[in-house]
Amino acid sequence: MVCQDCKKQQATVHLTQIVNNEKVVLSLCKDCAAKRGFHSPLDNVPFPLAEILSGLIQQQFTPKGQSDDMPDLKCPGCGLTFTEFTHQGRFGCGECYKTFRAQLEPIMRRIHGSSMHKGKLPVGEAAQTLPIKEEERLESELKKAIDGEDFERAADLRDKLKAFKESMLATKGGN
Amino acid sequence: MIMFEEMSKHPSGWLSGQGEESMVVLSSRVRLARNLSGVAFPSAAGSDTKEKVVGYFESARSHSDKLSQGTLVKAGELSQLDKEFLVERHLMSPTFMQDDGFGALYVGENEQVAIMINEEDHFRIQALAPGLNASKALQLAGEYDNEIGKYLELDYDPDFGFLTACPTNVGTGMRASVLIHLPGLVITKDIEKVISKITKMGVVVRGFYGEGTDVLGNLFQISNQTTLGISEKEILDMITGVAKSIIEDEAAARQRLMDEASNQIVDKIWRAYGILKFARVLTSEEVMNLLSAVRLGVAMGIIDFINIPLINEILLLSQPAHIQKYLAEEMNPDRRDVVRAEIVRTKLQQSQN
Ligand SMILES: [Zn+2]
Ligand SMILES: [Zn+2]
Repeated sequence: MVCQDCKKQQATVHLTQIVNNEKVVLSLCKDCAAKRGFHSPLDNVPFPLAEILSGLIQQQFTPKGQSDDMPDLKCPGCGLTFTEFTHQGRFGCGECYKTFRAQLEPIMRRIHGSSMHKGKLPVGEAAQTLPIKEEERLESELKKAIDGEDFERAADLRDKLKAFKESMLATKGGN
Repeated sequence: MIMFEEMSKHPSGWLSGQGEESMVVLSSRVRLARNLSGVAFPSAAGSDTKEKVVGYFESARSHSDKLSQGTLVKAGELSQLDKEFLVERHLMSPTFMQDDGFGALYVGENEQVAIMINEEDHFRIQALAPGLNASKALQLAGEYDNEIGKYLELDYDPDFGFLTACPTNVGTGMRASVLIHLPGLVITKDIEKVISKITKMGVVVRGFYGEGTDVLGNLFQISNQTTLGISEKEILDMITGVAKSIIEDEAAARQRLMDEASNQIVDKIWRAYGILKFARVLTSEEVMNLLSAVRLGVAMGIIDFINIPLINEILLLSQPAHIQKYLAEEMNPDRRDVVRAEIVRTKLQQSQN
């Protein structure tokens, strides 16, 4: 069998990965396996999700998506366009998230089953006032989502608000 | 690098063989991805920006007692062999190894903590713990995250959480993984069933297949698939729960093997030991597979004069870059195989005295 990456050398490494319940078999030569980062099972093998992701985004957006007269969104921070993002599956900077927010929500739901962070808040000065602001923000966002009949988002927000209140309760009394 | 030559003679702390379920679980790892606010991610950043990011970390270090304790090395100062060595020790990812030299690596807490600077994200904070103990790893990684956050403003969005270069890491930025030894499930061929069961529970499983159909070393890594809309604690509970269920399945498979084919299993274990003990040429793949059988033998009480820390030590020391570091010279693969066999023999000899 020939290596599926370089199509020259003999494939000697057969790597099986199971992602999203689908089995993906890669047949590679040693050099190409190393290039992909498959050294030994002890390594931190990079996630293969990016490949799946770029397929997923394209499938979702390109068929009927952008026509030529529709301007492509462009991040003011790094200059990355949304089309470029769908090809490379990577953002250029934090601004990208703001710029593509509306497009990203359904994508995040596909990848993570949610589009709403639930977990640790940043520490530091800016974070000191965050909890109170965060609760207010969530409540007003929830109201907006319900008014706008975006029930998926409302459900996410409700979950998050509940978890947030619980975590606030749990940390009270601690430092 | 003198530090590495010294390191090469000792196993990493996280391979100590201590910790819960250490007969089956080698180590637990937690990685947190973090980025600086207002700075382009490494893939989109020029070399000057990347140098600035390293500079920001250095200034945080100069203010922080905790961060000032570890070692910081610039990627540009590392040779190819240094890098391979660090990858084998899990202190660096293979991706980072192919970096352009504008990254840096921080190692602290006796190698239990490593921070890659300018890998895919500005900071990849990783903590390792021996055995099944992802909560310890999370606690350690969290401490370093907080320490960085005290001095540097991290990119955070109220909706999407901690922002990362790849959308698959956003939110908690957390990947928890457990490295687990499953020879019983591989031999009984129940592994596929178990994998398909647990992938429905939100985890990703990786096994490494060498030539042929055997999984190299019968080692599998399970990690969480999603990072957004799930809290750190939930990720932890999920990974630990899944690991425990796999450990039960593995125990059942071992029992079945002993009930149905004990002669063959015991023979396989002793043969593996015999080859490791007497061979004069050993490839690293061979060592991994043979050690798997010996590890199984130790866990099942068939071999009682070897302990898990020794197996872990041999596993680590027998990898290519470690062998070269150990003898402080670069070698071609043929010579390495001879030296590897020597090291394995010497280590096993020590266990009998
Ligand atoms: Zn190839
Ligand atoms: Zn951007």
